[in-house]
Amino acid sequence: MMKIEAIIQPSRFDSVKEALLEIGIEGMTVTEVRGHGRQKGHTEVYRGREYTVDLLPKIKLEMVLADALVNRAVEAILKSAKTGKIGDGKIFLSRIEEAIRIRNEERGEGAL
Amino acid sequence: MKWMGVVCCCLMILVLTAFPLRAQQSPSSTAPPASTATPEVPQAIAEKLNQLEQKATAAQSSADNAWMLVSAALVLLMTGPGLALFYGGLVRQKNVLAIMMQSFALMALITVLWALVGYSLCFSGSGPVIGNFEHAFLRGVGALPNPDYAGTIPQTTYMIYQLMFAIITPALITGATAERMKFSGTVLFMTLWFLVVYAPMAHMVWGKGGFLNASQGGRFPTLDFAGGTVVHITSGVSALVCALYLGKRTGYPKQPMPPHSLVLSIIGACLLWVGWFGFNAGSALASNSLASSAFVATHFGAAAAAMGWSLAEWIKNGRASALGAISGAVAGLVAITPAAGFVGPMPALAIGFIAGVFCYWMVTRFKAMFGYDDALDAFGVHGAGGTIGALLTGVFAQAAFNPIFGQGKAVGGLDGRWGQVGNQLVGVLIAWCIALVGTIVPLKLVDLLTGLRVHEEHEIAGLDISLHGEEGYNLES
Repeated sequence: MMKIEAIIQPSRFDSVKEALLEIGIEGMTVTEVRGHGRQKGHTEVYRGREYTVDLLPKIKLEMVLADALVNRAVEAILKSAKTGKIGDGKIFLSRIEEAIRIRNEERGEGAL
Repeated sequence: MKWMGVVCCCLMILVLTAFPLRAQQSPSSTAPPASTATPEVPQAIAEKLNQLEQKATAAQSSADNAWMLVSAALVLLMTGPGLALFYGGLVRQKNVLAIMMQSFALMALITVLWALVGYSLCFSGSGPVIGNFEHAFLRGVGALPNPDYAGTIPQTTYMIYQLMFAIITPALITGATAERMKFSGTVLFMTLWFLVVYAPMAHMVWGKGGFLNASQGGRFPTLDFAGGTVVHITSGVSALVCALYLGKRTGYPKQPMPPHSLVLSIIGACLLWVGWFGFNAGSALASNSLASSAFVATHFGAAAAAMGWSLAEWIKNGRASALGAISGAVAGLVAITPAAGFVGPMPALAIGFIAGVFCYWMVTRFKAMFGYDDALDAFGVHGAGGTIGALLTGVFAQAAFNPIFGQGKAVGGLDGRWGQVGNQLVGVLIAWCIALVGTIVPLKLVDLLTGLRVHEEHEIAGLDISLHGEEGYNLES
Protein backbone atom coordinates (compact mmCIF):
# COMPACT_ATOMS: atom_id res chain seq x y z
CA MET A 1 0.00 0.00 0.00
CA MET A 2 1.30 3.41 -0.93
CA LYS A 3 0.19 6.85 0.02
CA ILE A 4 0.12 9.49 -2.69
CA GLU A 5 0.32 13.04 -1.47
CA ALA A 6 -0.11 15.53 -4.29
CA ILE A 7 0.06 19.30 -3.93
CA ILE A 8 -1.49 20.91 -6.98
CA GLN A 9 -2.79 24.18 -8.33
CA PRO A 10 -6.39 24.81 -7.19
CA SER A 11 -7.39 25.48 -10.79
CA ARG A 12 -6.35 21.94 -11.80
CA PHE A 13 -8.26 20.18 -9.05
CA ASP A 14 -11.38 19.39 -11.04
CA SER A 15 -9.43 17.79 -13.91
CA VAL A 16 -7.32 15.76 -11.51
CA LYS A 17 -10.40 14.47 -9.71
CA GLU A 18 -11.99 13.46 -13.02
CA ALA A 19 -8.81 11.81 -14.28
CA LEU A 20 -8.60 9.74 -11.10
CA LEU A 21 -12.25 8.79 -11.33
CA GLU A 22 -11.64 7.53 -14.88
CA ILE A 23 -9.10 5.01 -13.63
CA GLY A 24 -11.36 3.88 -10.82
CA ILE A 25 -9.99 5.84 -7.88
CA GLU A 26 -12.78 7.31 -5.81
CA GLY A 27 -11.41 7.69 -2.30
CA MET A 28 -9.28 10.70 -1.40
CA THR A 29 -8.84 13.38 1.23
CA VAL A 30 -8.64 16.95 0.01
CA THR A 31 -7.28 19.89 1.99
CA GLU A 32 -6.89 23.55 1.11
CA VAL A 33 -3.34 24.52 1.97
CA ARG A 34 -0.96 27.42 1.48
CA GLY A 35 2.62 27.19 0.48
CA HIS A 36 5.22 27.76 -2.17
CA GLY A 37 8.29 26.23 -3.69
CA ARG A 38 10.06 28.51 -6.10
CA GLN A 39 6.92 30.33 -7.23
CA LYS A 40 6.89 34.01 -6.41
CA GLY A 41 3.84 35.45 -4.67
CA HIS A 42 2.09 38.71 -5.37
CA THR A 43 1.96 42.13 -3.77
CA GLU A 44 -1.11 43.56 -2.10
CA VAL A 45 -1.41 47.24 -1.25
CA TYR A 46 -3.58 48.52 1.63
CA ARG A 47 -3.64 52.28 2.13
CA GLY A 48 -0.19 52.67 0.72
CA ARG A 49 1.32 49.76 2.67
CA GLU A 50 2.67 46.96 0.53
CA TYR A 51 2.54 43.35 1.60
CA THR A 52 4.17 40.49 -0.27
CA VAL A 53 1.92 37.49 -0.10
CA ASP A 54 4.20 34.52 -0.67
CA LEU A 55 2.05 31.77 0.78
CA LEU A 56 -0.08 30.78 -2.17
CA PRO A 57 -3.24 28.72 -2.04
CA LYS A 58 -2.84 25.11 -3.20
CA ILE A 59 -4.87 21.92 -2.96
CA LYS A 60 -3.39 18.86 -1.24
CA LEU A 61 -4.75 15.48 -2.26
CA GLU A 62 -4.05 12.42 -0.17
CA MET A 63 -4.96 8.89 -1.10
CA VAL A 64 -3.81 5.42 -0.06
CA LEU A 65 -3.82 2.90 -2.90
CA ALA A 66 -3.03 -0.70 -3.57
CA ASP A 67 0.43 -1.06 -5.12
CA ALA A 68 -1.03 -2.06 -8.45
CA LEU A 69 -2.86 1.22 -8.88
CA VAL A 70 -0.09 3.58 -7.84
CA ASN A 71 1.66 4.03 -11.15
CA ARG A 72 -1.57 4.67 -13.08
CA ALA A 73 -2.70 7.15 -10.43
CA VAL A 74 0.58 9.06 -10.57
CA GLU A 75 0.36 9.17 -14.38
CA ALA A 76 -3.18 10.48 -14.22
CA ILE A 77 -2.28 13.20 -11.72
CA LEU A 78 0.78 14.26 -13.68
CA LYS A 79 -1.18 14.53 -16.93
CA SER A 80 -4.09 16.48 -15.49
CA ALA A 81 -2.31 18.72 -12.97
CA LYS A 82 0.48 19.95 -15.25
CA THR A 83 0.35 23.44 -16.69
CA GLY A 84 4.06 23.63 -17.46
CA LYS A 85 4.60 26.70 -15.27
CA ILE A 86 6.40 27.08 -11.95
CA GLY A 87 3.88 26.42 -9.16
CA ASP A 88 2.39 23.24 -10.60
CA GLY A 89 3.22 21.40 -7.40
CA LYS A 90 4.69 18.05 -6.35
CA ILE A 91 3.75 14.44 -5.76
CA PHE A 92 5.13 12.47 -2.82
CA LEU A 93 4.92 8.73 -2.36
CA SER A 94 5.29 6.91 0.92
CA ARG A 95 4.75 3.35 2.03
CA ILE A 96 1.78 2.66 4.29
CA GLU A 97 2.06 -0.02 7.02
CA GLU A 98 -1.60 -0.80 7.56
CA ALA A 99 -5.07 0.32 6.53
CA ILE A 100 -8.23 -0.42 8.55
CA ARG A 101 -11.86 0.21 7.59
CA ILE A 102 -13.64 1.52 10.66
CA ARG A 103 -17.08 0.21 9.75
CA ASN A 104 -16.23 -3.51 9.64
CA GLU A 105 -12.61 -3.51 10.87
CA GLU A 106 -11.39 -4.99 7.59
CA ARG A 107 -7.62 -4.77 7.18
CA GLY A 108 -5.09 -4.65 4.40
CA GLU A 109 -5.64 -3.82 0.75
CA GLY A 110 -9.28 -4.88 1.06
CA ALA A 111 -9.84 -1.93 3.34
CA LEU A 112 -8.85 0.54 0.61
CA MET B 1 0.06 60.24 -18.07
CA LYS B 2 0.55 60.71 -14.35
CA TRP B 3 0.75 64.47 -14.31
CA MET B 4 -2.03 64.74 -16.87
CA GLY B 5 -4.25 63.36 -14.18
CA VAL B 6 -2.98 65.99 -11.76
CA VAL B 7 -3.64 68.75 -14.30
CA CYS B 8 -7.17 67.43 -14.84
CA CYS B 9 -7.80 67.50 -11.09
CA CYS B 10 -6.65 71.10 -10.81
CA LEU B 11 -8.84 72.15 -13.72
CA MET B 12 -11.79 70.35 -12.19
CA ILE B 13 -11.34 72.13 -8.88
CA LEU B 14 -11.10 75.49 -10.65
CA VAL B 15 -14.25 74.82 -12.67
CA LEU B 16 -16.21 73.59 -9.68
CA THR B 17 -15.34 76.58 -7.56
CA ALA B 18 -16.46 78.94 -10.32
CA PHE B 19 -20.00 77.63 -10.14
CA PRO B 20 -20.86 78.59 -6.59
CA LEU B 21 -20.55 82.25 -7.53
CA ARG B 22 -23.85 81.78 -9.32
CA ALA B 23 -25.66 80.02 -6.48
CA GLN B 24 -29.35 80.71 -6.46
CA GLN B 25 -30.41 78.62 -3.50
CA SER B 26 -33.10 80.15 -1.31
CA PRO B 27 -32.06 80.82 2.30
CA SER B 28 -33.00 78.56 5.20
CA SER B 29 -36.57 78.59 6.39
CA THR B 30 -37.49 81.56 8.49
CA ALA B 31 -39.97 81.75 11.35
CA PRO B 32 -43.62 81.94 10.37
CA PRO B 33 -44.86 85.51 10.03
CA ALA B 34 -46.48 87.10 13.07
CA SER B 35 -50.21 87.51 13.09
CA THR B 36 -51.15 90.63 11.17
CA ALA B 37 -54.80 91.06 12.05
CA THR B 38 -55.67 94.78 12.02
CA PRO B 39 -58.33 96.28 14.32
CA GLU B 40 -60.78 96.45 11.38
CA VAL B 41 -60.75 92.64 10.82
CA PRO B 42 -63.56 90.93 12.74
CA GLN B 43 -62.64 89.04 15.89
CA ALA B 44 -63.73 85.69 14.42
CA ILE B 45 -61.33 85.96 11.52
CA ALA B 46 -58.48 87.01 13.79
CA GLU B 47 -59.13 83.97 15.95
CA LYS B 48 -59.26 81.72 12.93
CA LEU B 49 -55.98 83.10 11.66
CA ASN B 50 -54.43 82.45 15.04
CA GLN B 51 -55.65 78.89 15.05
CA LEU B 52 -54.36 78.27 11.55
CA GLU B 53 -51.01 79.72 12.54
CA GLN B 54 -50.80 77.41 15.53
CA LYS B 55 -51.68 74.45 13.36
CA ALA B 56 -49.05 75.37 10.81
CA THR B 57 -46.47 75.70 13.55
CA ALA B 58 -47.54 72.40 15.07
CA ALA B 59 -47.31 70.73 11.68
CA GLN B 60 -43.81 72.07 11.17
CA SER B 61 -42.84 70.92 14.66
CA SER B 62 -44.24 67.52 13.91
CA ALA B 63 -42.22 67.29 10.71
CA ASP B 64 -39.11 68.55 12.47
CA ASN B 65 -39.47 66.05 15.28
CA ALA B 66 -40.02 63.15 12.95
CA TRP B 67 -36.94 64.02 10.94
CA MET B 68 -34.83 64.60 14.05
CA LEU B 69 -35.77 61.29 15.63
CA VAL B 70 -34.89 59.52 12.39
CA SER B 71 -31.64 61.47 12.23
CA ALA B 72 -30.77 60.44 15.77
CA ALA B 73 -31.33 56.82 14.80
CA LEU B 74 -29.18 57.27 11.69
CA VAL B 75 -26.32 58.73 13.68
CA LEU B 76 -26.43 55.86 16.15
CA LEU B 77 -26.39 53.51 13.19
CA MET B 78 -23.10 55.14 12.18
CA THR B 79 -21.50 53.81 15.34
CA GLY B 80 -23.32 50.56 15.55
CA PRO B 81 -22.83 48.83 13.23
CA GLY B 82 -21.33 51.34 10.78
CA LEU B 83 -18.06 52.16 12.49
CA ALA B 84 -17.92 48.79 14.21
CA LEU B 85 -17.98 47.03 10.86
CA PHE B 86 -15.69 49.50 9.15
CA TYR B 87 -13.03 49.16 11.82
CA GLY B 88 -13.81 45.50 12.42
CA GLY B 89 -12.97 44.55 8.87
CA LEU B 90 -9.72 46.48 8.93
CA VAL B 91 -8.15 44.67 11.88
CA ARG B 92 -6.77 41.16 11.94
CA GLN B 93 -9.24 38.38 12.60
CA LYS B 94 -7.95 37.77 16.12
CA ASN B 95 -8.88 41.32 17.12
CA VAL B 96 -12.23 41.80 15.41
CA LEU B 97 -14.37 41.47 18.52
CA ALA B 98 -12.20 43.75 20.58
CA ILE B 99 -12.55 46.69 18.19
CA MET B 100 -16.26 46.15 17.69
CA MET B 101 -16.76 45.80 21.41
CA GLN B 102 -15.15 49.19 21.96
CA SER B 103 -17.73 50.89 19.73
CA PHE B 104 -20.57 48.93 21.25
CA ALA B 105 -19.45 49.57 24.79
CA LEU B 106 -19.28 53.29 24.11
CA MET B 107 -22.87 53.17 22.92
CA ALA B 108 -23.71 52.10 26.44
CA LEU B 109 -21.13 54.02 28.44
CA ILE B 110 -21.52 57.43 26.82
CA THR B 111 -25.31 57.13 26.99
CA VAL B 112 -25.21 56.76 30.75
CA LEU B 113 -22.68 59.57 31.17
CA TRP B 114 -24.78 61.76 28.91
CA ALA B 115 -27.93 61.10 30.86
CA LEU B 116 -26.25 61.85 34.17
CA VAL B 117 -24.12 64.91 33.39
CA GLY B 118 -23.07 64.94 29.76
CA TYR B 119 -26.01 66.72 28.21
CA SER B 120 -25.93 69.31 30.92
CA LEU B 121 -22.22 70.02 30.57
CA CYS B 122 -22.64 70.55 26.85
CA PHE B 123 -25.93 72.36 26.58
CA SER B 124 -26.89 74.21 29.71
CA GLY B 125 -25.95 77.61 31.05
CA SER B 126 -24.20 80.20 28.95
CA GLY B 127 -20.55 79.95 29.92
CA PRO B 128 -17.91 80.47 27.26
CA VAL B 129 -16.22 77.11 27.74
CA ILE B 130 -18.51 74.66 29.50
CA GLY B 131 -22.10 74.30 30.62
CA ASN B 132 -23.36 73.80 34.16
CA PHE B 133 -25.37 71.18 36.03
CA GLU B 134 -28.77 72.72 35.40
CA HIS B 135 -29.85 69.73 33.34
CA ALA B 136 -27.97 67.06 35.28
CA PHE B 137 -29.98 63.82 35.40
CA LEU B 138 -31.89 65.40 32.50
CA ARG B 139 -33.80 67.66 34.87
CA GLY B 140 -35.99 70.00 32.91
CA VAL B 141 -35.49 68.09 29.68
CA GLY B 142 -38.88 67.08 28.38
CA ALA B 143 -41.48 67.72 25.76
CA LEU B 144 -41.01 71.46 25.73
CA PRO B 145 -38.49 72.77 23.22
CA ASN B 146 -35.38 74.52 24.42
CA PRO B 147 -35.61 77.81 22.55
CA ASP B 148 -31.84 78.33 22.71
CA TYR B 149 -31.15 75.32 20.56
CA ALA B 150 -34.01 73.84 18.59
CA GLY B 151 -37.19 75.77 19.10
CA THR B 152 -39.54 73.44 17.24
CA ILE B 153 -38.73 70.05 18.70
CA PRO B 154 -39.01 68.64 22.22
CA GLN B 155 -35.80 69.11 24.14
CA THR B 156 -35.79 65.36 24.64
CA THR B 157 -35.35 64.95 20.91
CA TYR B 158 -32.52 67.47 20.81
CA MET B 159 -30.88 65.74 23.75
CA ILE B 160 -31.05 62.27 22.23
CA TYR B 161 -29.83 63.55 18.87
CA GLN B 162 -26.79 65.19 20.40
CA LEU B 163 -26.10 62.04 22.43
CA MET B 164 -25.43 60.06 19.25
CA PHE B 165 -22.68 62.52 18.33
CA ALA B 166 -21.15 62.12 21.76
CA ILE B 167 -21.13 58.36 21.24
CA ILE B 168 -19.41 58.24 17.89
CA THR B 169 -16.70 60.75 18.71
CA PRO B 170 -14.75 58.64 21.20
CA ALA B 171 -15.47 55.56 19.11
CA LEU B 172 -13.44 57.09 16.30
CA ILE B 173 -10.36 57.24 18.51
CA THR B 174 -10.36 53.47 18.94
CA GLY B 175 -9.11 53.24 15.38
CA ALA B 176 -5.71 54.56 16.38
CA THR B 177 -5.24 52.30 19.37
CA ALA B 178 -6.58 49.20 17.65
CA GLU B 179 -5.07 45.79 18.35
CA ARG B 180 -3.13 46.80 21.46
CA MET B 181 -5.33 48.75 23.89
CA LYS B 182 -6.80 47.31 27.06
CA PHE B 183 -10.56 47.32 27.32
CA SER B 184 -10.46 48.52 30.93
CA GLY B 185 -8.14 51.32 29.87
CA THR B 186 -10.49 52.21 27.04
CA VAL B 187 -13.51 52.50 29.32
CA LEU B 188 -11.73 54.69 31.84
CA PHE B 189 -9.93 56.82 29.29
CA MET B 190 -13.02 57.48 27.21
CA THR B 191 -14.97 58.53 30.30
CA LEU B 192 -12.32 61.11 31.14
CA TRP B 193 -11.87 62.19 27.53
CA PHE B 194 -15.58 62.73 27.11
CA LEU B 195 -15.69 65.03 30.12
CA VAL B 196 -12.46 66.90 29.43
CA VAL B 197 -12.42 67.21 25.64
CA TYR B 198 -15.80 66.52 24.10
CA ALA B 199 -18.03 68.40 26.52
CA PRO B 200 -16.03 71.65 26.45
CA MET B 201 -15.58 71.53 22.69
CA ALA B 202 -19.26 70.80 22.07
CA HIS B 203 -20.23 73.61 24.38
CA MET B 204 -17.81 76.10 22.87
CA VAL B 205 -19.01 75.46 19.32
CA TRP B 206 -22.68 74.66 19.81
CA GLY B 207 -23.53 75.72 23.36
CA LYS B 208 -25.13 79.03 24.29
CA GLY B 209 -22.42 81.49 25.16
CA GLY B 210 -19.81 79.25 23.66
CA PHE B 211 -16.58 80.98 22.74
CA LEU B 212 -16.64 79.63 19.17
CA ASN B 213 -20.37 79.55 18.62
CA ALA B 214 -21.15 81.03 15.22
CA SER B 215 -24.92 81.18 15.52
CA GLN B 216 -25.07 82.61 19.04
CA GLY B 217 -22.51 85.39 18.99
CA GLY B 218 -19.33 83.61 20.04
CA ARG B 219 -16.12 85.62 20.22
CA PHE B 220 -14.48 83.67 17.37
CA PRO B 221 -17.45 82.36 15.42
CA THR B 222 -16.32 79.09 13.91
CA LEU B 223 -18.56 77.66 11.26
CA ASP B 224 -19.02 74.03 12.17
CA PHE B 225 -22.35 72.79 11.00
CA ALA B 226 -22.29 69.22 12.19
CA GLY B 227 -19.07 68.72 14.10
CA GLY B 228 -15.97 68.89 11.94
CA THR B 229 -14.08 70.42 14.85
CA VAL B 230 -16.12 69.03 17.73
CA VAL B 231 -16.13 65.45 16.50
CA HIS B 232 -13.49 64.87 13.88
CA ILE B 233 -10.59 67.13 14.78
CA THR B 234 -10.83 66.31 18.48
CA SER B 235 -11.05 62.58 17.92
CA GLY B 236 -8.51 62.59 15.12
CA VAL B 237 -5.88 64.55 17.01
CA SER B 238 -6.52 62.52 20.16
CA ALA B 239 -6.07 59.46 18.04
CA LEU B 240 -2.63 60.64 17.02
CA VAL B 241 -1.64 61.34 20.63
CA CYS B 242 -2.89 57.92 21.70
CA ALA B 243 -1.08 56.18 18.87
CA LEU B 244 2.16 57.91 19.79
CA TYR B 245 1.74 57.24 23.51
CA LEU B 246 0.82 53.58 23.13
CA GLY B 247 3.51 52.94 20.58
CA LYS B 248 3.49 50.74 17.55
CA ARG B 249 1.89 47.35 17.38
CA THR B 250 4.27 44.44 17.88
CA GLY B 251 5.73 43.63 14.50
CA TYR B 252 4.73 46.94 12.88
CA PRO B 253 5.70 47.89 10.22
CA LYS B 254 7.60 44.81 9.04
CA GLN B 255 4.96 42.18 9.72
CA PRO B 256 2.05 42.20 7.29
CA MET B 257 -1.23 43.12 8.96
CA PRO B 258 -3.73 43.37 6.14
CA PRO B 259 -7.45 43.85 6.86
CA HIS B 260 -9.05 40.51 7.60
CA SER B 261 -12.33 41.36 5.89
CA LEU B 262 -12.72 44.30 3.55
CA VAL B 263 -16.22 42.99 2.95
CA LEU B 264 -17.16 44.05 6.48
CA SER B 265 -15.39 47.36 5.99
CA ILE B 266 -17.27 48.12 2.80
CA ILE B 267 -20.58 47.37 4.48
CA GLY B 268 -19.54 49.58 7.38
CA ALA B 269 -18.49 52.41 5.10
CA CYS B 270 -21.83 52.32 3.30
CA LEU B 271 -23.67 52.44 6.61
CA LEU B 272 -21.51 55.39 7.60
CA TRP B 273 -22.36 57.17 4.34
CA VAL B 274 -26.08 56.71 4.77
CA GLY B 275 -25.98 57.40 8.49
CA TRP B 276 -24.09 60.61 7.82
CA PHE B 277 -27.25 62.09 6.37
CA GLY B 278 -28.57 62.06 9.89
CA PHE B 279 -25.30 63.50 11.13
CA ASN B 280 -25.15 66.42 8.69
CA ALA B 281 -28.63 67.02 7.37
CA GLY B 282 -30.04 66.40 10.84
CA SER B 283 -27.85 69.19 12.12
CA ALA B 284 -30.29 71.57 10.47
CA LEU B 285 -32.40 70.61 13.50
CA ALA B 286 -35.50 70.94 11.36
CA SER B 287 -37.15 69.44 8.33
CA ASN B 288 -36.50 72.28 5.96
CA SER B 289 -34.57 73.38 2.91
CA LEU B 290 -31.39 73.71 4.93
CA ALA B 291 -31.63 70.02 5.75
CA SER B 292 -32.04 69.31 2.05
CA SER B 293 -29.06 71.46 1.22
CA ALA B 294 -26.91 69.78 3.84
CA PHE B 295 -28.07 66.35 2.70
CA VAL B 296 -26.98 67.08 -0.85
CA ALA B 297 -23.67 68.60 0.19
CA THR B 298 -22.95 65.55 2.34
CA HIS B 299 -23.65 63.13 -0.45
CA PHE B 300 -21.69 65.08 -3.03
CA GLY B 301 -18.75 65.44 -0.67
CA ALA B 302 -18.59 61.69 -0.14
CA ALA B 303 -18.84 60.93 -3.84
CA ALA B 304 -16.20 63.40 -4.97
CA ALA B 305 -13.82 62.31 -2.23
CA ALA B 306 -14.13 58.65 -3.15
CA MET B 307 -13.24 59.60 -6.68
CA GLY B 308 -10.41 61.84 -5.54
CA TRP B 309 -8.81 59.13 -3.42
CA SER B 310 -9.30 56.53 -6.13
CA LEU B 311 -7.83 58.82 -8.76
CA ALA B 312 -4.81 59.54 -6.57
CA GLU B 313 -4.38 55.81 -6.04
CA TRP B 314 -4.77 55.05 -9.71
CA ILE B 315 -2.08 57.56 -10.54
CA LYS B 316 0.24 56.27 -7.83
CA ASN B 317 -0.36 52.49 -7.99
CA GLY B 318 -1.84 51.96 -11.38
CA ARG B 319 -5.16 50.77 -9.99
CA ALA B 320 -7.98 51.79 -7.65
CA SER B 321 -8.62 49.67 -4.59
CA ALA B 322 -11.78 48.98 -2.65
CA LEU B 323 -10.16 50.10 0.57
CA GLY B 324 -9.09 53.31 -1.11
CA ALA B 325 -12.53 54.09 -2.44
CA ILE B 326 -14.26 53.58 0.89
CA SER B 327 -11.55 55.46 2.77
CA GLY B 328 -11.95 58.30 0.33
CA ALA B 329 -15.69 58.41 0.84
CA VAL B 330 -15.28 58.54 4.61
CA ALA B 331 -12.65 61.28 4.29
CA GLY B 332 -15.05 63.31 2.17
CA LEU B 333 -17.83 62.85 4.66
CA VAL B 334 -15.53 64.03 7.42
CA ALA B 335 -14.45 67.10 5.48
CA ILE B 336 -17.97 68.09 4.47
CA THR B 337 -19.20 67.76 8.05
CA PRO B 338 -18.37 71.31 9.13
CA ALA B 339 -19.40 72.68 5.75
CA ALA B 340 -22.59 70.78 5.00
CA GLY B 341 -25.11 73.44 5.96
CA PHE B 342 -23.10 76.36 4.64
CA VAL B 343 -22.02 75.42 1.16
CA GLY B 344 -23.60 74.69 -2.18
CA PRO B 345 -23.43 71.47 -4.16
CA MET B 346 -20.53 72.47 -6.40
CA PRO B 347 -18.28 73.55 -3.54
CA ALA B 348 -19.29 70.31 -1.82
CA LEU B 349 -17.84 68.41 -4.75
CA ALA B 350 -14.69 70.50 -4.55
CA ILE B 351 -14.32 70.04 -0.79
CA GLY B 352 -14.85 66.32 -1.14
CA PHE B 353 -12.35 65.96 -3.95
CA ILE B 354 -9.68 67.95 -2.15
CA ALA B 355 -10.23 65.96 1.04
CA GLY B 356 -10.02 62.68 -0.83
CA VAL B 357 -6.65 63.54 -2.30
CA PHE B 358 -5.32 65.21 0.86
CA CYS B 359 -6.28 62.36 3.17
CA TYR B 360 -4.83 59.84 0.73
CA TRP B 361 -1.55 61.69 1.01
CA MET B 362 -1.82 61.91 4.80
CA VAL B 363 -2.45 58.19 5.16
CA THR B 364 0.21 57.03 2.74
CA ARG B 365 3.04 59.55 2.52
CA PHE B 366 2.71 61.54 5.76
CA LYS B 367 2.27 58.48 7.94
CA ALA B 368 5.18 56.74 6.23
CA MET B 369 7.38 59.81 6.73
CA PHE B 370 6.86 59.93 10.48
CA GLY B 371 6.31 56.24 11.08
CA TYR B 372 3.60 56.41 13.75
CA ASP B 373 1.20 53.50 13.99
CA ASP B 374 -2.23 55.07 13.59
CA ALA B 375 -3.57 51.58 13.00
CA LEU B 376 -6.83 52.40 11.26
CA ASP B 377 -5.96 55.94 10.20
CA ALA B 378 -8.19 57.77 12.63
CA PHE B 379 -5.87 60.77 12.49
CA GLY B 380 -5.21 60.54 8.77
CA VAL B 381 -8.90 60.53 7.90
CA HIS B 382 -10.68 62.27 10.76
CA GLY B 383 -8.03 64.59 12.12
CA ALA B 384 -6.74 65.63 8.73
CA GLY B 385 -10.12 65.53 6.99
CA GLY B 386 -11.74 67.54 9.74
CA THR B 387 -8.97 70.13 9.64
CA ILE B 388 -9.05 70.63 5.90
CA GLY B 389 -12.85 70.59 5.90
CA ALA B 390 -13.07 73.22 8.61
CA LEU B 391 -10.67 75.51 6.76
CA LEU B 392 -12.41 75.02 3.42
CA THR B 393 -15.71 75.81 5.10
CA GLY B 394 -14.41 79.32 5.65
CA VAL B 395 -13.64 79.51 1.94
CA PHE B 396 -16.83 78.15 0.48
CA ALA B 397 -19.56 79.18 2.95
CA GLN B 398 -22.23 81.41 1.51
CA ALA B 399 -25.13 83.32 3.04
CA ALA B 400 -27.30 82.13 0.15
CA PHE B 401 -27.31 78.67 1.73
CA ASN B 402 -27.33 79.71 5.37
CA PRO B 403 -27.41 83.34 6.48
CA ILE B 404 -25.99 82.43 9.84
CA PHE B 405 -24.69 85.90 10.68
CA GLY B 406 -27.99 87.54 9.79
CA GLN B 407 -29.92 88.19 6.63
CA GLY B 408 -27.83 89.75 3.93
CA LYS B 409 -24.58 89.39 5.90
CA ALA B 410 -21.61 87.73 4.21
CA VAL B 411 -20.56 84.40 5.65
CA GLY B 412 -17.47 83.00 3.98
CA GLY B 413 -14.89 83.58 1.32
CA LEU B 414 -17.21 83.21 -1.64
CA ASP B 415 -19.29 86.01 -0.14
CA GLY B 416 -16.16 88.09 0.07
CA ARG B 417 -15.70 87.57 3.81
CA TRP B 418 -12.28 85.96 3.66
CA GLY B 419 -11.61 86.75 7.30
CA GLN B 420 -13.83 83.81 8.13
CA VAL B 421 -11.00 81.51 7.12
CA GLY B 422 -9.02 83.12 9.92
CA ASN B 423 -11.85 82.40 12.36
CA GLN B 424 -11.94 78.84 11.14
CA LEU B 425 -8.24 78.60 11.82
CA VAL B 426 -8.79 79.79 15.39
CA GLY B 427 -11.46 77.15 15.91
CA VAL B 428 -9.24 74.51 14.39
CA LEU B 429 -6.28 75.46 16.57
CA ILE B 430 -8.39 75.47 19.70
CA ALA B 431 -9.75 72.04 18.81
CA TRP B 432 -6.21 70.78 18.28
CA CYS B 433 -5.01 72.23 21.59
CA ILE B 434 -7.87 70.90 23.64
CA ALA B 435 -7.47 67.50 22.03
CA LEU B 436 -3.72 67.45 22.62
CA VAL B 437 -3.84 68.49 26.26
CA GLY B 438 -7.11 66.77 27.04
CA THR B 439 -5.76 63.49 25.77
CA ILE B 440 -2.26 63.35 27.19
CA VAL B 441 -3.36 63.94 30.79
CA PRO B 442 -6.08 61.26 30.88
CA LEU B 443 -3.72 58.88 29.07
CA LYS B 444 -1.09 59.26 31.74
CA LEU B 445 -3.65 58.95 34.51
CA VAL B 446 -5.29 55.84 33.12
CA ASP B 447 -1.90 54.31 32.43
CA LEU B 448 -1.16 54.63 36.13
CA LEU B 449 -4.54 53.29 37.21
CA THR B 450 -5.31 50.39 34.91
CA GLY B 451 -2.59 50.42 32.29
CA LEU B 452 -3.27 51.15 28.67
CA ARG B 453 -1.39 48.66 26.57
CA VAL B 454 -1.93 44.92 26.71
CA HIS B 455 0.91 42.53 27.45
CA GLU B 456 2.85 41.44 24.42
CA GLU B 457 1.69 37.81 24.68
CA HIS B 458 -1.91 38.97 24.71
CA GLU B 459 -1.28 41.16 21.71
CA ILE B 460 0.21 38.26 19.79
CA ALA B 461 -2.46 35.78 20.87
CA GLY B 462 -5.14 38.27 19.94
CA LEU B 463 -7.29 40.63 21.97
CA ASP B 464 -10.53 38.73 21.41
CA ILE B 465 -9.33 35.69 23.27
CA SER B 466 -7.16 37.61 25.74
CA LEU B 467 -9.49 40.43 26.75
CA HIS B 468 -12.90 38.96 26.10
CA GLY B 469 -12.43 35.19 26.14
CA GLU B 470 -14.18 34.88 22.82
CA GLU B 471 -13.41 34.27 19.19
CA GLY B 472 -15.04 36.25 16.44
CA TYR B 473 -15.46 33.32 14.10
CA ASN B 474 -15.86 29.70 15.15
CA LEU B 475 -16.27 28.54 11.59
CA GLU B 476 -15.08 24.98 12.15
CA SER B 477 -17.81 24.14 14.63
